[in-house]
Amino acid sequence: MKALSQRRRHPLAAFALLLMALLVTGGLYAAASTANEAQAQTTTFTQDDVEEGSKLFSANCASCHGMGATGSQAAPSLVGVGAASVDFQVGSGRMPMQMDGPQAQAKPVQFTEEQIRQMAAYVASLGAGPAIPSEEILDASQGDASNGGELFRVNCAMCHNAAAAGGALTQGKFAPSIDGTSEKHIYEAMVTGPQNMPVFSDANISPEDKQDIIAFLKTIEEQGSPGGAELGSLGPVSEGLFIWVAGLGVIIAFTVWLTSRSS
Amino acid sequence: MSSSTATHTYVPKTRVGKVTDYVDSRVGGSGMVKVFGRKIFPDHWSFMFGEVSLYSFVVLLLSGTFLTFFYDPSMAETHYEGSYLPLRGVEMSVAYASSLDISFDIRGGLFMRQIHHWAALLFVAAVAVHMLRVFFTGAFRRPREFNWVVGCVLLVLSLAAGFTGYSLPDDLLSGNGLRIIDGVMKAIPVVGTYLSFFLFGGEFPGTMIIGRLYVLHILLIPAVILLLIAIHMFMLVLHKHAQFAGPGKTNTNVVGYPVGPVFGAKAAGFFFIVFGVLAAIAAAFTINPIWNYGPYDPSPVSAGTQPDWYIGWVDGALRLMPGTIGDNFDFEFMIPFPWGVNALSLNVLIPALVPAMIVFTLMFAWPWIEAWVTKDKREHHLLDRPRNAPTRTAIGVAGVVFYCVLWAAASSDLIATHFLVSLNDVTYWLRFLVILGPILAFMVTRRIALALQRKDREIALHGRETGRIVRLPHGEFIEVHEPVDDYKRYRLVSFDSPEVMIPTPDADGKISVLDKVHGRVSRFFFEDRVAPVTPKELAASHGDHHGEIAGAKDRESIASH
Repeated sequence: MKALSQRRRHPLAAFALLLMALLVTGGLYAAASTANEAQAQTTTFTQDDVEEGSKLFSANCASCHGMGATGSQAAPSLVGVGAASVDFQVGSGRMPMQMDGPQAQAKPVQFTEEQIRQMAAYVASLGAGPAIPSEEILDASQGDASNGGELFRVNCAMCHNAAAAGGALTQGKFAPSIDGTSEKHIYEAMVTGPQNMPVFSDANISPEDKQDIIAFLKTIEEQGSPGGAELGSLGPVSEGLFIWVAGLGVIIAFTVWLTSRSS
Repeated sequence: MSSSTATHTYVPKTRVGKVTDYVDSRVGGSGMVKVFGRKIFPDHWSFMFGEVSLYSFVVLLLSGTFLTFFYDPSMAETHYEGSYLPLRGVEMSVAYASSLDISFDIRGGLFMRQIHHWAALLFVAAVAVHMLRVFFTGAFRRPREFNWVVGCVLLVLSLAAGFTGYSLPDDLLSGNGLRIIDGVMKAIPVVGTYLSFFLFGGEFPGTMIIGRLYVLHILLIPAVILLLIAIHMFMLVLHKHAQFAGPGKTNTNVVGYPVGPVFGAKAAGFFFIVFGVLAAIAAAFTINPIWNYGPYDPSPVSAGTQPDWYIGWVDGALRLMPGTIGDNFDFEFMIPFPWGVNALSLNVLIPALVPAMIVFTLMFAWPWIEAWVTKDKREHHLLDRPRNAPTRTAIGVAGVVFYCVLWAAASSDLIATHFLVSLNDVTYWLRFLVILGPILAFMVTRRIALALQRKDREIALHGRETGRIVRLPHGEFIEVHEPVDDYKRYRLVSFDSPEVMIPTPDADGKISVLDKVHGRVSRFFFEDRVAPVTPKELAASHGDHHGEIAGAKDRESIASH
């Protein structure tokens, strides 16, 4: 201890201390974040998957994302985006991107399940990232819909609409309707933050809470509309349009009929 | 009236007759029936929107009474235990929980909620269309100016009724609406914070507002609406209904059906039609799905948050208002007062108040504005066809366009997503349109009205183009014009077309400033005019057409054009 006390006024002591502090925080953070990710880490890929995925990637994705998925002027690097990101983007038809625009739009899926898995394996092999979620965590029947509803209204409804019907963002971007989106894609969207969506990491919304959100979305999707035709779930605008066009239209037809005898 | 004062000599013979006479001799019902039963209502489809709004109001009263049985306007906290699963156990106000109970646990409650809300939308829409009809046909002119004002107040009250009702379920959507009201109030300099604190009983949202809005919604506003409806109807009977000009329909009579029995029967039937249409809509189409929005909580705001349609234009104005111009000008001014500095937030006050002030001021004052321009003091019981008052019609259409652009702006986000355009571009376009749209609409409408008047004049003088081409013996081709019959022609020729009034000097040979202004406004209104066909012109053209082959003389008229 004498050596330490003698050197504590050494010019480099401050740097040494800083270095130590950084190492401790960084190490703790790394431990914490891998602990978070470990919960959803389920799928294991074989080396074959990675190699096939690499070929598919070079043929279909590399022109924008670059060889080795390191990114280019046209598209971001995919190192560290994880298998979940590939599964969402390619699995929902958003990638390969149909055209340049404010954001990638969903279209018919271009690859088979097998091919998507292989590409996911390749991208996952480039760096650690969110993995494809397990079946258990996606089971909507295990979730608490009312807790999910509260989380949805606080975290999601401002873009996706309280009834998950979608909404506008700036400059032509938009939050799509979540009606009909699979449990897996909902989960992956939350952990990867596709397009303009923020990432809801496991530290932000725990996997159980994500399951609750999925349970809420599936509940409102399956229950249908208790009050009759829902007019797009777009709120007072579609209601106003309806009463002016259909409601008043029918009424006017009746007024014309009632007064048709004279004039 | 005469029957009640006359000596009572009638002796009934049957039992029913005795009972009826007993009541009548004390109530004077036959006198009222005599007066009101003989009131004449002209028949035209566009005269029925007032009825539609009245009947919607009756539906509102009936369904609203049902809702009050089960609704609890309390903002006390509770945990929902009803049958709607996605909200079970969620913390919410009693008001929202009771609205959910009405929707899911009370038999017929959801239908009643939906018919009440749909009827509210139809009520305001019918009031608006009724007012447009009155405006565009000039039915607000003497002697009906005050009834127009009563109608305007009814419109304002129907907006108030709608907005207070919209807020009652205490769901996320209505809470967001109240938050905007709170923000607008707080933007009023000096007194804004106090106003907001008085209304909400403290800082927004507080625990008072729902109860207060409830009292306004079910007590004060409907009571005043009922009173004004009574005054409105009383004046309607007093003034008699206006009518469109036609053979035998003059400024001094009313041609139509008496209330008893024809119009009364039709009106009663029409009530059930309106009720039926509303019931069908309420049964098949959901409105305000409060279970989607969740309980009010000041932190979340859902995408697609809009007010009901009639408040939409104010929301649209708020959306269109730029927050800043350039990098520095932000419409906010700090005003130093003796007690400190107060903020003047024009970026909130301008959109929230100015469009409404313009529209409502013009609306309330219009009968007097137009009377000042035309200097017309006569009574008008004959309605204008909109084309025959081109400037008024054009101003009305400009107002409608102004309103509709703001209205559209309230759905700018949905325009963006559904037409795949950028939300920013929608906002920029609508900003231009809200200024340029009314001007363009004014010019185009006035031209169209004048063109239609010219067409009417042409048809009155020369008849309808039949499309039949006839070759005359000497080889000339002419198109046969078919003269219109007298009934149709009457409609085309009987209208006023005021001329420009040139200011005249007074006794001192001076023209006052007001007269000069009046002269200019008069020129603006009536400079472009199409004169109605005079009897002389008509006689001249009649000479053309009668007793000849239809086209023989027509070529002169064709040649002259």
